[in-house]
Parts: sequence; C-alpha cells; structure tokens
Amino acid sequence: MALYLLRRLGFIFLTLLLASIIIFSITQFLPGDVAQMVLGQFATEVAIENLREELGLNLPLHIQYLNWAAGFITGDWGDSLVSRMPVQPMVMQRLGNSAMLAGVAIMIYVPLGIALGVIAALKRDRYPDQAITAVSMAFVGLPEFVTGLLLIAIFAIGLGWLPANSSIDPGSNFVQAFPYLILPAITVSLTGLGYIARMTRSGTIDVLDTDYIRAAELKGLPAAQVLLRHVLRNALLPTVTVVAMGIGWLLGGLIVTETVFGYPGLGRLLVYGIQRRDLPLIQAGSMIVVAVYSLSNLAADIIYGLLNPRIRLGR
Amino acid sequence: MAKDNRGNSKPSSPFSFLKKLRRYPATAIGFIIVFLFILIAIIGPSIAPYPYTEQKLSERLAPPSEEHIFGTDQYGRDIFSRILVGSRDVLLVAGSGTAMAVMLGLLLGLFSGYRGGLLDEIVMRLMDVILSIPPLLLAMVILFSLGPSRLNVIIVVGFLYIPMVARVVRSVVLDLKTRQFVEAARMRGEKSGYILFREIFPNVLPHLAVEASMRFSYAIFLVASLGFLGLGVQPPSPDWGLMVGEARTWFHQARWILLFPAGAIALLVVGVGFMSDGLRRMLLPGGVSDV
Amino acid sequence: MYNPAGSALEDGTAVLQPVLDVRNLTVTYRTDKGPLDIVRNVSLQVAPGEIYGLVGESGSGKTTLARAVVRYLAANGSLTADTLKLGDTDLLTLSRAEMRKVWGSRITMVHQDPGAAVNPSIPVGEQIAEVARVHLHLSPGEARKKALEMLGLVRMPDPESVARRYAHQLSGGMLQRVLIATAMATNPELMIMDEPTTALDVTTEAVILDLLNELMTDYNTAILYITHNLGVVARICSRIGVMYAGEIMEEGPVKKVFRSRLHPYTRGLLGSVPRVDASKKDVHLKAITGQIPRPEELPEGCIFSPRCELAEGDCLIARPPLVQADGDHYTACRRWQELLHLKEKEQHEGPVRGAYDSAKGPLVLEAREIKKHFRSSGGLSSLFSRESGPIKAVDDMSVRLRGGFTMGIVGESGCGKTTFARCLAGLEEATSGEIALEGVTLPYSVNRRKQSDLKKIQMVFQNPDASLNPQHQAGVSVARPLILLGGMNRSEVRSRVRELFRAVNLPEDYIYRLPHELSGGEKQRVAIARAFAADPILMLCDEPISALDVSVQASLINLLAELQEKNETAYLFISHDLAAVRHISDWIAVVYLGRLWEVGSADDVFVPPYHPYTEALLSAIPVPDPEVSQEQIRLRGSVPSAVNIPSGCRFHTRCPRKIGPICEEKEPPWQESGFHHKICCHIPLPRLKEMQGKGCFFNSSAEGEEC
Repeated sequence: MALYLLRRLGFIFLTLLLASIIIFSITQFLPGDVAQMVLGQFATEVAIENLREELGLNLPLHIQYLNWAAGFITGDWGDSLVSRMPVQPMVMQRLGNSAMLAGVAIMIYVPLGIALGVIAALKRDRYPDQAITAVSMAFVGLPEFVTGLLLIAIFAIGLGWLPANSSIDPGSNFVQAFPYLILPAITVSLTGLGYIARMTRSGTIDVLDTDYIRAAELKGLPAAQVLLRHVLRNALLPTVTVVAMGIGWLLGGLIVTETVFGYPGLGRLLVYGIQRRDLPLIQAGSMIVVAVYSLSNLAADIIYGLLNPRIRLGR
Repeated sequence: MAKDNRGNSKPSSPFSFLKKLRRYPATAIGFIIVFLFILIAIIGPSIAPYPYTEQKLSERLAPPSEEHIFGTDQYGRDIFSRILVGSRDVLLVAGSGTAMAVMLGLLLGLFSGYRGGLLDEIVMRLMDVILSIPPLLLAMVILFSLGPSRLNVIIVVGFLYIPMVARVVRSVVLDLKTRQFVEAARMRGEKSGYILFREIFPNVLPHLAVEASMRFSYAIFLVASLGFLGLGVQPPSPDWGLMVGEARTWFHQARWILLFPAGAIALLVVGVGFMSDGLRRMLLPGGVSDV
Repeated sequence: MYNPAGSALEDGTAVLQPVLDVRNLTVTYRTDKGPLDIVRNVSLQVAPGEIYGLVGESGSGKTTLARAVVRYLAANGSLTADTLKLGDTDLLTLSRAEMRKVWGSRITMVHQDPGAAVNPSIPVGEQIAEVARVHLHLSPGEARKKALEMLGLVRMPDPESVARRYAHQLSGGMLQRVLIATAMATNPELMIMDEPTTALDVTTEAVILDLLNELMTDYNTAILYITHNLGVVARICSRIGVMYAGEIMEEGPVKKVFRSRLHPYTRGLLGSVPRVDASKKDVHLKAITGQIPRPEELPEGCIFSPRCELAEGDCLIARPPLVQADGDHYTACRRWQELLHLKEKEQHEGPVRGAYDSAKGPLVLEAREIKKHFRSSGGLSSLFSRESGPIKAVDDMSVRLRGGFTMGIVGESGCGKTTFARCLAGLEEATSGEIALEGVTLPYSVNRRKQSDLKKIQMVFQNPDASLNPQHQAGVSVARPLILLGGMNRSEVRSRVRELFRAVNLPEDYIYRLPHELSGGEKQRVAIARAFAADPILMLCDEPISALDVSVQASLINLLAELQEKNETAYLFISHDLAAVRHISDWIAVVYLGRLWEVGSADDVFVPPYHPYTEALLSAIPVPDPEVSQEQIRLRGSVPSAVNIPSGCRFHTRCPRKIGPICEEKEPPWQESGFHHKICCHIPLPRLKEMQGKGCFFNSSAEGEEC
C-alpha cells in the first residue's frame, strides 16, 4: 500500500511537471510582447524595457521556467499583471468558492444520478429506462451556458425565485453564498447527473447479468435484500472511479457556469485572466486545476482499492 | 479471392437497419436530427432570407414575426439567417477538428498499441498528462496563445481529442493483438503492415466509428462553449455559441435572441449524442453503453 | 404413458411419490423470429434421494428446462405444462413471492461456474448464513454457526477461516463446495446442479463427485444433475434423461440406458466419446454427422432424423412420442427394436488406425530444457499483493518427436502446457532452452524465424471464435499461407484452397463465408485447413476440440488423424482431456507445475507403474460406462502457485504416495521403466508397480481388468 501510494504520488508529480511545462510553454507562444501588452500600445520603449527586466523576460526561456516553477513550489506565484496584487491569495480564495459550488453540485448530482441509473437498470429497456436514458443523454449533451441561461430565464426572470446573478462578494461564507449557489449548482449538476446516471446504469446492468445475482435470487432472498446487499455493493464500486473522472468535466463545467452566473470562482478568474492576458494568473490557476484533478483521481483509486476486497486483500 | 457470394449469410439490407432504428426511437430521432442539420449546412446559406451580416438598426431586437421568423438581434440582423449560415460553421469546425483527432489518434493508437514497449509507454504517459488537464481549460490556454480564429479552434479540437481516440484505439488493438487470428498471421510470416492494416484495422473500425461520433458531439459542445466565452470564432461570424454569448446582455429585453441559437446548439448536440449511442448499440452489440 | 413411479410398483418396490413431477413441459421464448419452443413436451420424474442425470449438448435446452422447473425464465420466456409439482405443491399455481419461498429452501441450485456464482464482495460464510437466516429463521449467531457446520459437512478444511474469506481468495473447487454447502443448508427436497464440475479440473471434479455421493447417503435430497459429460452420469447418477434439441430422446436407469442404448442419438453420443480406458487401437470414434438444428428450423418428423442413419418413412413425417421400451426405460425412437439387434455390429466398426511400431521416421522436433518465466505484471493489484518473483510457467521441459507421430501433452489448467506450445511456436519467447526442428535450431521469437522455418510449424488454436479474423472470408484465411509460404500464383492458390476445403470436409461455397456464418466445428475445420495450407511438418494443436460439443469433437479427432496419416505430420496435441489424448496420441507426456513427470508410449502410460500424478488423473476421469469402476485416488488441496514452487519434488504437497522427507528435499530422478517410458519419482519403480496393483480401471460386473 505504502509503495503504491509512493508510486502514484510519483506519477502525479510527473504529471504536474509535464503539465507545468506544457502550460508554461504554451503561454510563451503569445503573439506580441507581454510587457507591451501590459503597458498598452502607447508605452515608451524605456518603460517596456524596464518592465521586461522586472519580469525577467530577458532571461533564457528555461531559466524563466525554472524561476517560475521554483516560485510556484515555494508559494510565490508572482503578481497579477493587471491588479499588481499577489496571485496566490486570490487563486486560493477563488478555489475555495469553486469548491463550495462544486460541493453543492456533487451533493445534488451524485446521489440523484446513482438513483436514476439504478432505476433505469432495473427497468431495463422498459419505459422508465428509455425515459431516463434519453433525458440523461440530453443532459450530458447540453452545454452549461444553455442550461444555465435557461434556468435563469425560468427561475430568476420568469418566476423571480432565485437571483439571476451570483456575483457575490468573493469572501462570502457558505451561508451567505448559499442562495446564489443554487442555480449554478443545478446547472453544473445536469451534465454530471446524466453522466453518473449512464455509468451507474451500465454498471448495474453488468452486475444484474452475473451468475451470482441469479444465484442470490434463486436462494430465495427477499428482492430488497438482493438489490441492496448483492447488486448495489458490486454495482456502485466502479461509480467511485466514475465520480472522480467526472471531476475533470465538472471543472470544465465550472468555468462556463461561473461565467454565466458571474460567480467569483476559479473558473471565472481564469476566463478573466485570459481575457486580460494576465500570464501569472493563468499559469497558477491552471496548475491548481490540474493538481486538484490529479489528486481527486488518486483519492478515488485509493477508495476503490479499500472498498474492493479483491484489491484490498490481494490474491 | 473476395467474391460477393456469401452463401446463406444473414441479410444486412438497409431495411433491417431501419427495423433496428424503429426499436430505438431515440436513435432514429438522433439520425434524423443530424441528417437535417447536414442538409441545412449544405443548402442553408442559399435559402437564408437575408445576408447574415446585414444590419438594420431600425429593426433591432425585433421579436419573431413573419418577416423575421426568429426575430432580430441587437444589430437588427436576421437571427434565422444567421443560424442557417452558422450551421455550416459549427459542422465544419467541429467536424474538421474531430476528423483531425480521429486520424491522428487512430495512427497513434494503432502504432503505439501494436509496437508496445517503451514507445508505447512514453506515448501513453504523455496522453495521460494531456488528459489530466480539463479539456476546456487546455483549449482556453492554447487559444489564448494562438489567438482565436476558426482554424485555431479546429486545431485545438483536433489536438485535445487525440489522447481519447488514441486510448480507445490502443485498447482495442491490445485486445486484438493477442487474438489467435493475429498469432496465426505471425506464424505464417505476415509483415507488420499487413497485420496492422488488414488483420487488425478492419476490426478497429466499428469502435472507431462509435468513438468518432462521440467525439463529434463533444466537439460541438466544446466549440460552442469556446464561442460563448469569446475565445473561439470571433464576431461577426454567426457562430452559435458566440451568438449566445453576445445575446446575454440583451437577454432581459429580448429572450428570442438567446433561445434560438441556444436551442440550435442543444438540438444538434443531443441529436449527435443519440446517434452516437445508437451507433454503439448497432456496431458494438456486446458492451453496454459507456461514456 | 410415462410413469416410472408406476413401474416401480411392478418391480415390487414401494411406491414413492416423486419429488419432482414434470409432465409435458414446453418453454416458449418470444424472439425477433417469432415465438420459439426451446423445450417441448418434456416429462420427467425425480424420486427422493435419487440423482437424475439430464444429459445433452449445448443447445439441447437442458439449462432452460432447469430454469423452467423453478419458474425462473427470462422476461420473454413462458412455460406451459400439464403438471409441474414439487412433492404435493403445484408450482404452476404459485405466485412469484411464493416461488421465492420455495427457492433456496425446498429447491436449491448449484451453478456452472463457481467463480462467477459467488458474490465477490461478500465473505463466503455470510453467503451461506443469509440463507439460514431467511429460510430457517435463525438468529445471526445461529446462522453463522450453521454456515460453519455446513462448511464442515462439505469437508472444507478450516471452515472458520474460509468463512471469512472472499471468492477471489478461494480455488474453484473450494468455491463449488461453498455453493453446495449453501444449497444443502436448508436440507432441500430437490437440488438442481447445472454443470457443477464443468469449469473444474478433473482431479477437483472427482473430489466434488465423491462428496456428492457421500452426502446422498446421509441426506434424502434428490438431485437433478445437468451435464454434457456422460462419464459423470455413469459415475454418480441412477437415472438418466438424454436431451436433444429440446426434447427427451431416451430415459431410464443409467445401467440400462448405457447397455441397450435404445435411441440412435444416445448411441451416437456414446460412440463419439473417447474413453480413457480404451486406446485408439480398440475403438474408432464414430462421429454424428451434421449439427443440432436451430430452434427456428426444426425438421418436421423426428428431430434427430436429419442426422440419423436409420431414419426413414414415418421418422421424417411425424414426431415420435416417448414410448415405454422395457419397464422403466423409455425411448423416443420408433425403431428401437431394430436397434437392439444392431448392437453387436456397431462396435469395432470403421478403419482402425495402425498403431505405432517403433520410433522410426525422421526426428522432427527436439525441444531441450525449455523454460519460460514471466515477470509478474505491475498494476494496481500487484501493489497490494504479497507474492513477488517471476511466474515459472514452464520450468524445464524437454520433448522429442518424430514425423507421423503424435505426442499428447496432458495436464490440468495452469500447468504450463499451452505456454510450452506457444514457446515452440515462437509466439512466446522462451527464457532459455533449445528448440530444434529437423536438427536446425530455431530463434525463440517467431518474428526472427526464417520463411522456410515458419512453413514447418503451424498451430491450431483452442478458441474457434478468436481463431479466424471476423472480417475475412474463410477462403482468405486459408489462402494467405499459400501465397506467403507456398509461393503459389493466383490460380494455384484457388485450386489449392478448394482442395483444402474438401480435405477438411467443408463444402466449397464455404470459401466465401464470414466466420460468423460458421458453426464452432466449421470454424475449427477452417483453422485446420489454414494450418495445413503451409504444409507443415509439425502441427501444434492447443486444445483444438475443447470448446466444441462431444459429437463434433469426434469428427475433428478423426479428421486430424486422417490428415496426419496422409501428410506424415508430427502432432503435438495439448489437452486437459486425457481420454481424447489417449485416443489420438502415440506418445504421452504428463505435465504438472511447468515440468514433465512421465513420458512414454500411450500404452505404457496407462498401465502401472505410472507416476502418482498420472495415477490420480486416471482414477479421477469419469469413464462413460457405469459398469467400470475406478480406483479412488484423490489429490489434496489445490495446485501451488507457479511463483512459489514447492521444494524437492514439486508434487509432494499433493502426492497421495509421498514416502517421506526425501520428497520435500530432493528433486526426484528420472527412472526408465521400459521402451522410452520414463517416470520422475523417488519411489523405485518396482515398488510403485506393486503399490498400484492392476491399474485404475476394473469392470465391476465381471471383475476383469480393462487396461
């Protein structure tokens, strides 16, 4: 187990290293000059040169990378080019906000998706299944900006129940933020819901088709016991991995959703950074997203290993 | 050797295909939607009632009427015409991106899976790294440095989906490689090229078709999202995602300028999704659906 | 008309109410092709304490019948019957909820693949206990005690620790015992066993069958035993029903049915099964032509008529009913009386292959000290596991083979016999050793072998479905070796492909068929044609018939023998089926844990002295003849892992004839027993021979020796 963790952590480190190189080098392909960009078209040559010096832009590329990477590891993520404020506290605060939103969304779509998936599997090829499958496929396919705007049209503008705009104060706590979280959370959830429902359905169908479920039924066990103890215990195991893989999707969904609702999360910050060409912000934000994604996958693998006797106990 | 004389083979006429479709209404709907959109993309621009860039400030934000059946936008442009013309954009951009990803992913997956060893290990680790960055984020970052343009969006889509296609192809190749018909081919001294393209590739095709259709639906999703964020195709192009993004400001006054392009996107993505699911059922009857 | 219980009265025995009484049961499935009757008008009765063997090939409807009896059919299936009674209970009138009360308490089931039938994420003890809680209404504590008691009853070593384990931690034989323990926990009236030993090795199968026999003396449970294996029926059943394409062809007490065989299908089946107690010198296998008709295209008359040599007149027009032939012996053949007289003629019919005389012919293969060690694969589970080090799949095997001869390599699953063949083929690169073909040393990897060497070795694989490319027409598969290795031009290839198809008894238009349009046996014929297209001198046959039905197996064995005769090819025939190996081989090598233990001519290996492992195999294999008894030599425990191989003689952990510490400490020597017959054992051969006496098989009625 310890060795396994070590190897997985090693791989995550490698991933982050390569991802950082990719992100760093992509952002270096920028047409035009960063200093020029920051100072605008009418800046003087001298001012630009000074800024270049200040930002280390005259150094060779690999030195620039090493400086940046060393800074990132030690917590010095540089200053925003736009606001001239340190990037790190800003990113971490927004990360917290995104986590809040993601948390609410996960609480909605994971249980609901599992329930729908199991129902669809039990009613396989009959109407409930066809309905759930069609709806979940539609949900998976609908971009968040479409569902988000639709929800705003209905619940904010039409019915006036919930705020259309979620641009809360970035430092708000959960209770203050909650009313503003509902619509964006539902928006993000719909995609995840369809995804979890489909995966749970196929996982459950696989289990329902096994000999050991037939055996359990023919042991004369009550139907509820067969479902709860024999089917679900096996069918929900892969869902752990599915939920983790869905995190990547969730992160993408957050970028769009936060933009739709103006919610001050990491995704909104990244879009903002890109629109303003704020290089340090983009680099740090992207790295954090990659790290979160990698770690959640690791967590899922460990949980899966602990829940699955075949892996936990070995041969 | 190949003669078209298969004894009493199972009938695989287009008729039986239609029969299959009837059993899965969602799949049939999917195929119909995709077919209609392709039709619109081909003839749409020529039947559009107005040029898509024609601005009539006097008629801005006009609600749907006989003249403008989908209404007009903030510049007084005919939304119906823009959607018709935009369909070609969506299908072309997402389609070419998908095609690029499928081609490169196929080659990478085929060779990497077949050769195995260190090359395979390196290629697949690299794919894993790319996959560990959420696609939309990666697309944003790449477009940020390449600059937003139609061509760049195609390149981004193509690049982003290579790892996924390659992974699917590779896993099929790994499975096929150990099948005994491949081993029999090795035992009679077939060249790698023959084994790869004549023995293995035909059996990869059904998986590839399903994967490609799925990637296509994600590509439409991605292109629309990028357009919405203002990082994809730039104005005044009639890109649907872009239209939705621009419409947000006017949304409170004129709901139609948002609903029609958003509806078009939703309809197309869902249609392609249904079609892809149906392809999976028909071409890969063994497995249950799986995202 | 059908009433075996009634006939019991005539015999003077007490009238026993049958446990299971089925009359005119028909099962119908709604399919795309319309409603199909998968089982038609089946009647059978099982008496208390009786083991009733239901025999049939795949597609005979035997499993469907079992499911119908417990009213557990798929959603598109339905059944009609005049009677379906369990004791006094009419099962036809019970609701689903009432059936659930019958399941697991009055009727229990044991399924085919024990590895798949045990829930992987619940400890096995708990899976027995839950039955006790639900049906016997025991408290959790009592139920746990009951589980341990049942595990003890099925002779499970250390029940306490087994109860806590999960499916993946137990061997197939142990899992099957767990399932039997579960099925017996409620002391049911009827236990239905669906191919319970098919997925197990023969030595494990023998232990399970012994266990069933023992249990039946203490319990009054009746067993409906479904199998395709006539040997198993002969060993444990008292009555037998022979099913074919959804109908019962013949039914009666096992001894009567095996002796008088009143249906041509039974005759065909028994004639097509190779017997481990008879060599190819004695019997020619008689294959049944054709294949089981598909349920959507059943013949009008007797369903067996298209494959029956006797069919004529009425046989082709109307379905014959099951008629009483002799007391409690029933048959569905109109002409059963004629069959009685045909009996003597049919034995010893057909050309008998010439036996080997001596080791003449050119030396084709010489494999010396082949080893194949796999590195254990990395991955998620390996990091949690304790074992490490290479898997020694093949650990020093040497074999010599001359042209025109067959060497059979036998061993149980996982013993390394397939890996050995794959090393010879170059599909697996040997770790060390030397492979020489006609005196020329070959490179380990097939990729580095020369065209002329490739031509010499070809292979027939086990799984017919994976053997042919699903996208290529059959003819293409056969033509490629001709083009590549035969250097033929187009027209030569064409005519040679036709010749090869004729040689494997396939119609010429099959050249254009895709694999999914062929049956399993036909696919295997194409694969054989493909292998022979290269005109090899050595043919590696890796379990070529194991995936096929018995009646198809015989025709393929005969085909292989015929082709060998014609082409003087040397065969390496790998199989777990000792009977088939005995039938086709001149030489036999016995493999266990990656090594050879005995090598000799097919005749020598089957008479004492033999290696204790060979002895255990021979006594384990069920012989399809209820009159033959076998010695009861059983192996303890399960095969050790190929990672941690036991010291000294690696068979010592399971050897029933272990003589002492020497077995654990020293590798045993090879001892010469006769002409090219070698045994690797510490026990001196004369003593071994003394221990083993007259051999494994004896005729119980005549007390005569059969070997």
